[in-house]
Amino acid sequence: MAEATKQMQVSDEVAIQITGMNKWYGQFHVLRDINMTVNRGERIVICGPSGSGKSTLIRCINRLEEHQSGHIVVDGTELTNDLKNIDKVRSEVGMVFQHFNLFPHLTILENCTLAPIWVRKTPKREAEEIAMHFLHKVKIPEQAHKYPGQLSGGQQQRVAIARSLCMKPRIMLFDEPTSALDPEMIKEVLDTMIALAEEGMTMLCVTHEMGFAQAVANRVVFMDQGQIVEQNAPKEFFSNPQSDRTKLFLSQILGH
Amino acid sequence: MPDTAFVRSEMLPQQAPPITERGAVKWLRENLFSSPFNTVLTLIGLAVVFFLAQAALPWLMNSVWNATSLKECREIVWASAGPEATGACWALIRERWHQFLFGFYPADLYWRPVLALGLLLISLAPVLYYGLRKASVTLVGTVAALTLIALAMLDHDPTHLVIFALGLGGLTATAWVAPKRLLVLTVIYPLLGFWLLWGGSVWAPVGVAIGFALLVAVYLATKSYLGVVVATGAGFVVAAIWWLAVQTSVTTGLEAAMPLGMQAITSDQFGGFLLAFVIGVTAIGASLPIGILLALGRQSDMLLIKTLCVGFIEFVRGVPLITVLFTATLLLGYFLPPQTNFDVVLRVIILVTFFSAAYLAEVIRGGLAALPKGQYEAADALGLDYWQAQRLIVMPQALKVSIPGIVSTFIGLFKDTTLVAFVGLMDPLKGVTTIVRADTAWKGIYWEPYIFVGAIFFAVCFGMSRYSMYLEQKLKTDHR
Repeated sequence: MAEATKQMQVSDEVAIQITGMNKWYGQFHVLRDINMTVNRGERIVICGPSGSGKSTLIRCINRLEEHQSGHIVVDGTELTNDLKNIDKVRSEVGMVFQHFNLFPHLTILENCTLAPIWVRKTPKREAEEIAMHFLHKVKIPEQAHKYPGQLSGGQQQRVAIARSLCMKPRIMLFDEPTSALDPEMIKEVLDTMIALAEEGMTMLCVTHEMGFAQAVANRVVFMDQGQIVEQNAPKEFFSNPQSDRTKLFLSQILGH
Repeated sequence: MPDTAFVRSEMLPQQAPPITERGAVKWLRENLFSSPFNTVLTLIGLAVVFFLAQAALPWLMNSVWNATSLKECREIVWASAGPEATGACWALIRERWHQFLFGFYPADLYWRPVLALGLLLISLAPVLYYGLRKASVTLVGTVAALTLIALAMLDHDPTHLVIFALGLGGLTATAWVAPKRLLVLTVIYPLLGFWLLWGGSVWAPVGVAIGFALLVAVYLATKSYLGVVVATGAGFVVAAIWWLAVQTSVTTGLEAAMPLGMQAITSDQFGGFLLAFVIGVTAIGASLPIGILLALGRQSDMLLIKTLCVGFIEFVRGVPLITVLFTATLLLGYFLPPQTNFDVVLRVIILVTFFSAAYLAEVIRGGLAALPKGQYEAADALGLDYWQAQRLIVMPQALKVSIPGIVSTFIGLFKDTTLVAFVGLMDPLKGVTTIVRADTAWKGIYWEPYIFVGAIFFAVCFGMSRYSMYLEQKLKTDHR
């Protein structure tokens, strides 16, 4: 899989620009002076101990969480209180959640066609074709007419990925996509994500899967206490961590 | 090879289970006599059933259907079953059924409420059985046939009957050929139904309809640059201006130019189940959307909207319905200028609607609370706007969870329509029954009218309850 990394091109074009961003939950300062630039085609893995603000960071990128100061510019659109900008960013940025968050009252196919039909105003037939295309891609077209409750966790997560892809997003955010899965199912989801990375999708992924980070990421970001502590290419990050906090984290996560 | 080795050469056939494991014996053992305690309960239950039947059966067996007074009923019972025997006197129902059903609605116009009820059920069919053509056609066909039979019994003019038959047959055919077309009837039914019941100029409901058309037109025209909420508000303002300021003069003009209409019926002629259905059905239909909006408003981030909704809900739930009904009919009558003609039934409908809307809002809020936060986040992340997320993701799930509570509220509302007796309207339970029992011929009759009214209420409420169970089953997709 390491071979694949080299083929993936990163362009100079900026996809996400975060400058001096801060966020508080009440009195608690969760994100502190975040500065980060993501180029188009980059695959970034964000890791860190729980409570370090990594999920909050990527949730700020599509405004599921509001930041209080600093700037976030996604695809040339700055996230402010302007609902139009928020909707624009959200329709360009796909998101995959830890708990899948499929819509249980809709079939797999309806889950995938809902947003294209209502947000993109795609005709139903066309939306269904697109949905089937991506369901093929995540290798579960035969489940299209079942309900989410009838699928295994791994299958549900792959549907969630397909659902996001149906909006043809330019950036994909993954919020611990494998944390709620049985060990056997983690692989099928990671394979799907690797396939996506190989196609040049810009990806930000919060995960504890260090194997995935080594295989596809071209940058690993380590966060602690709401700050970016260290970021580096995966090879250097794992073989030669700079800060003590990173070393401690890596020794705990890779130690066993 | 040891002697104990064993290889089966042929398989044993299945044998019938012992008598204690099958059929009635098994059922009895498991359900009625599974333990000493259960056995005692079964025997006590049987005794209770026996004593109830012993008390009620002779009364029912001695039922009298043909008599003109309670005295005559008793004489017939005594003559057939011996002195001191008791018997039900259903002759009262036979003689006064029309009052229980229609109040003082003119007898030669009974076809109007009958047709209104038939069309109500037909217009509900595509909603109740959405996407199920067979069930929908069965309902429409049955209702159409029953309505036609009822109309034939009320009106013997063959030309009228042919018109009715063609119309109802056409609706059944529509349900079969193009089920979605039937929704047109559903949309216009509220106005059509009110016009059938109250009669009067056809231009009045048309005027109201024009108001709604203006609302939609303004909304569609301004939506793209005013936004959904403001456009809806603008639509309401234009429609309100039309209804309050313009409509009367336009409809009066139209009526003068082209008088079209039916004999007008005043609200004090309404009574019995006709009244209960008019109030109940209208309030049920109108309170659900209002309840949804109140529930959403209560969860809103906008302080003003939230405060208004909470205030409304808490006020309505804190005050007895009868108090508000009194206020609406008596006090408003004192305070409003004398020439104000605000129909009493309409007032009651509005109040009952607000009442059940407040209760529904809380029921639906429970459903909203049951929805995981992830559902909202997924909808947001996909770029759905607020109303799309509510309509496509949140409400289908929240309402599904709330079905039992919603239907309970509806059933309670329908039975509460009898409370209008307290403001002088003729509800079936107290209003009509009191009038009937005041007749010297039937003085002293007690059980029969209440059993009759109770049975109809039970049938309707039980129907709602069964439908809600069917709906829960149909919408069950979580496969837990």
